[in-house]
Amino acid sequence: MSSVTLNNIVKRFGNFTAVHQSSLEIPEGAFVTLLGPSGCGKTTNLRMIAGLLDPSEGEILIGGKRVNDVPIHKRNLGLVFQNYALFPHKTVAENVAFGLKYRDVPADQIPKRVQEALELVQLPNVGERYPKELSGGQQQRIALARAIVIEPDVLLLDEPLSALDANLREDMRVELKRIQERIGVTTVFVTHDQSEALAMSDQIVVMSEGRVEQVGAPEEVYNTPASEFVANFLGASNIMEAKCAGMGGEGVTIEAPIFGTMTIPSEKAPRVTGAGPAKIVIRAEKLQLSANPAPEGVVSVPATVETVDYQGQAVRYFVRAGDTQLQAINMIDGHPFAEGAEVHLHLRPIDCAALPG
Amino acid sequence: MGWNLVRIWTILVYTFMFLPVAVVVLLSFNASQFGSFPMTGLSFRWFVELAQNEAILRAFRTSIVLGLLTAAISTTLGVLASLALVRYRVPGSNVISTLLIAPILVPEVVLAVALLLFLNFLQINKSFTLLLLGHVIFTLPFVILVVQARLVSIKRDVEEAAMSLGASPRQTFFQITLPLMLPAVLAGALFAFTISFDDITGTLFWKPGGVETVPTQIFAMLRNSISPEINALGTVMIIMTVGLPLLGLAIARQVAKKSGT
Repeated sequence: MSSVTLNNIVKRFGNFTAVHQSSLEIPEGAFVTLLGPSGCGKTTNLRMIAGLLDPSEGEILIGGKRVNDVPIHKRNLGLVFQNYALFPHKTVAENVAFGLKYRDVPADQIPKRVQEALELVQLPNVGERYPKELSGGQQQRIALARAIVIEPDVLLLDEPLSALDANLREDMRVELKRIQERIGVTTVFVTHDQSEALAMSDQIVVMSEGRVEQVGAPEEVYNTPASEFVANFLGASNIMEAKCAGMGGEGVTIEAPIFGTMTIPSEKAPRVTGAGPAKIVIRAEKLQLSANPAPEGVVSVPATVETVDYQGQAVRYFVRAGDTQLQAINMIDGHPFAEGAEVHLHLRPIDCAALPG
Repeated sequence: MGWNLVRIWTILVYTFMFLPVAVVVLLSFNASQFGSFPMTGLSFRWFVELAQNEAILRAFRTSIVLGLLTAAISTTLGVLASLALVRYRVPGSNVISTLLIAPILVPEVVLAVALLLFLNFLQINKSFTLLLLGHVIFTLPFVILVVQARLVSIKRDVEEAAMSLGASPRQTFFQITLPLMLPAVLAGALFAFTISFDDITGTLFWKPGGVETVPTQIFAMLRNSISPEINALGTVMIIMTVGLPLLGLAIARQVAKKSGT
């Protein structure tokens, strides 16, 4: 188990810069997720940590030691791929035992270690089978067993759940987190799926176009996005041009269109430094539709429902207030509103966040 | 009605193609000195005579040694070339690829004459080594085509996984890549062997004096007379060139079944 440090890493492919100068500190034992859309550089970062790519600039440290010049097979890492990458010509037990052959593990210990790993991923009885005889979810468990049986310093997961179907993906998510907590290995997880990132991580690193946009705990990244990109990528947000009128003990006063002047808690606007242009971020889940005007302390604005996107337990509305279209995601209580309904939008100022303009 | 015509036509085409071969095989068991029907009796005497003919035995040994060496060299070079072209970024890899495949596209006579003229120009005498070199040149494309196709289908991930588990690039090749492409390597080697074994055009141009392979030996014998021995020799050749690839295919299938790919 080791920490991982990226120091001013840059990766260029010819004229294209895949990762702009970025630094990252991954503490020992942490579960850190690199989150972003495809092409944001998250996989490039992972492959540089793995040693599959060489950084163009900067240095990579694992457990405090510089590993830029250490080839992948000497880095002691566990690597799990999206498409499992099991060895098709070897049995499951041979697959799991593969890494042990290159370590100082006595030959008579290997079957025991393999069996322990298979039990950890809850597939103790498939050792004699070939990978193609297993389902996708089972194959991914074997890939995980193969990666952790060598007791790696760092576990690198490259979109390991993306190839699985939706139900299985959620089971595996819980399973993966359970195993990671049990063995306590430092884990770097790459995904484009925000719900995976929010559910599993200690820390989320949101990336866009080769740059780190924000690093923080899931709650922090979700509630206090550092940029418009983060606000849009994690969940649905309404972002509007606004003005910061001043800062006081109670918080930051924002003059927003439609909703008027609101006082937002300072911790939800850490990057707003003073009066001037600003942006207000309103999460779609925090915008409540109601047939009645709001109680005291809640901002209320009349609006018209334009589109209803029914999703079962929740519903997504597109509503028009004045000449602005807003998005709201509400849990369904009774029946959803119909298209064309006149409603009141309820918003608590403490649920808003503000960004510098 | 229409299908029946197609069926009859197909049968006729196959008859036309394989009847001469069948006749050769059949006549090789003929007891009579003259290759004509009706056969006068069943006999293995031509095979016995074949086995006692020093020139033919020598040609046979030459062909086998030549074929095995060609297969070994072509397969080794072909696997290495395929690895380089598929797994690494080689400058001008398209040109190299085309050049390596070119010997299939150029008519064999042209290739044979070109190599001969080139050797003359360099003032190098013909030798067994040069004959071997010639066979390698025109069996190499088959190996490369087969192995490359297989290598493309082996995902890089699998090799990366092996390396992440501690296998060096060399260990990864022998533990993962080679076993996974083994069916293609075997197929390539068999191609190389059979093509070398029954090649005549190039061999006629390149062989040094006194060295005969089985095809050139048959050719030489035919110039004198059509002896029933040739029928027997033909039968042996057919068994080798048809039987070997079939055997190889069966082995490759077994390997593939076991590896589950």
